[in-house]
Amino acid sequence: MKNNVVGRKTSGVDKALRIALYATLILVAGFYLMPLVVMLITSMKDAEEVRNGTLLSLPSYIHFDSWEKAWSSACTGSSCHGISPYFMNSFKIVIPAVAISTILGAINGYVISLWRFRGSNLFFAALLLGCFIPFQVVLLPMARTLGWLGIASSTTGLVFVHVVYGVAFTTLFFRNFYQSIPGELIKAARLDGAGFFTIFYRIILPVSTPIIVVTVIWQFTQIWNDFLFGVAFSGFESQPVTVALNNLVNTSFGGKEYNVDMAAAVIAALPTLIVYVFAGKYFVRGLTAGAVKG
Amino acid sequence: MNTNTPHSGSKSARPSGFSLTDWMPKIVLAPTMVIAIVCIYGYMIWTAVLSFTNSRMLPSYKFVGWEQYERLFNNDRWMVALTNLGIFGSLFILICLFLGVMLAIFLDQKIRAEGVIRTIYLYPMAISFIVTGTAWKWLLNPTNGIQKLMIDMGFVNFKFDWLINPHMVVYCLVIAAVWQASGFVMALFLAGLRGVDGDLIKAAHLDGASTFTTYRRIILPSLKPVFFSALVILAHIAIKSFDLVQALTNGGPGYASDLPANFMYTYTFSRSQIGMGSASAMVMLGCILAILVPYLYSELRGERSEK
Repeated sequence: MKNNVVGRKTSGVDKALRIALYATLILVAGFYLMPLVVMLITSMKDAEEVRNGTLLSLPSYIHFDSWEKAWSSACTGSSCHGISPYFMNSFKIVIPAVAISTILGAINGYVISLWRFRGSNLFFAALLLGCFIPFQVVLLPMARTLGWLGIASSTTGLVFVHVVYGVAFTTLFFRNFYQSIPGELIKAARLDGAGFFTIFYRIILPVSTPIIVVTVIWQFTQIWNDFLFGVAFSGFESQPVTVALNNLVNTSFGGKEYNVDMAAAVIAALPTLIVYVFAGKYFVRGLTAGAVKG
Repeated sequence: MNTNTPHSGSKSARPSGFSLTDWMPKIVLAPTMVIAIVCIYGYMIWTAVLSFTNSRMLPSYKFVGWEQYERLFNNDRWMVALTNLGIFGSLFILICLFLGVMLAIFLDQKIRAEGVIRTIYLYPMAISFIVTGTAWKWLLNPTNGIQKLMIDMGFVNFKFDWLINPHMVVYCLVIAAVWQASGFVMALFLAGLRGVDGDLIKAAHLDGASTFTTYRRIILPSLKPVFFSALVILAHIAIKSFDLVQALTNGGPGYASDLPANFMYTYTFSRSQIGMGSASAMVMLGCILAILVPYLYSELRGERSEK
């Protein structure tokens, strides 16, 4: 906004530059949109048109057959119930995992930024490292632990894993947000006799809406899109949708049904896309607020 | 380094000894502390221990020194994965940074419908790498994808078969990953640009600096922290890349497009080589730490000096 060219005369060169600028931006937008457009077009074609047409040729009329098949009867690995059971699994995993990790993160962030004690900064640094470790170093021990806890190959197990490795991020988000709240506020409230939870509930929580939205969206996207934990820790019955999609696309033998693959991919992407379209502002804020700092 | 005891005298009614409010922060933080100590650091050590044992299908605790690491670095598949990471990582980071900076600057020129364009650039970041892989697998597939499109458009000799070419397949990973993450880098830089002090820019303009010079000499240098953050995040995405390979190429043709994460997964879970799998995980951890520790150190030190 600030670094513009206001106050200067627009010459012909400037005008040409601006046209070039818009052309570039639109061309780049085409690059980003193309895969989605191609996925949608392909998913609406029938098998014949997929075979004979090209990527960008439009379907003669819009079929939703492959959507139906992807949803309820396509084969993913050994079972042929479409991706709908796995789509539901993803919700079963995402909803509790997001709720728990967000609540934990809020309280942790509150403590780390406003109730510091000896060692709390060190703890935060240690946790921060936890945001960034490659999860490959915890996969095998975690698989053993889940077995030992009796929650291996279940959606409960995946909820547990996502909470454990999500809490570092949610803590980081809330901590950065609460960092700007003056410590004097807490001191004053304490002198008035307010306790730890009263202050959190009455003073901190009411101003936290933006960061809660940001965190929930971030966690939702991360967990919905997860593949590594899903493939490592789920059983046949508890696979999240990303794993089912990958099975659908990579293990079906014989006639390859690209239109069904594409429909399944769009279905798997829909929840996060919808969140993004309606709450994109918060998504971006999460990326920038969390990421720039951390 | 301040403590949480604001009272200096004994004005408050609380007794000076035990107070629940003083303990609450620690109690509340305890579950996360336990999780972090066990599930991050404990497991890390566990994996490190396994990497020095002869574990195959089940963990064993017979120590064999550095043998697994020696086997690892004599393993052709691992060396391919590591080389791929080098190529993929550096190209992915460079292209994303370049595109991100350019697009952010372009979008910062009072563009009409900026919101719409920004939304389009960033949406790939909201979807799973598995979906991205599926989509690009279709686009890059020579029999049905872009190659066929171009041939049907009249470019009969057009050839674009990187996906099935062992020497080129790693560039397919770069294309798909750049598509997914470059919009995110753009958003980071755009936020950074919007945060630059407006007076500084006005002053530069008053001094007669052109828009180009202003960007090059004043605005971009002030975005150094954003640049480093983006670099670290991208490197991190690159080292951890697993899903994209799984969906786009499944490591193929052969194992030509394996990355370390895929190697680790295959050896640990499907090939019953837990020892070597753990060793590969430790090497990945080493790569991340080499990037991360200096970064976190400077971040935390910077924050302390701000206070």
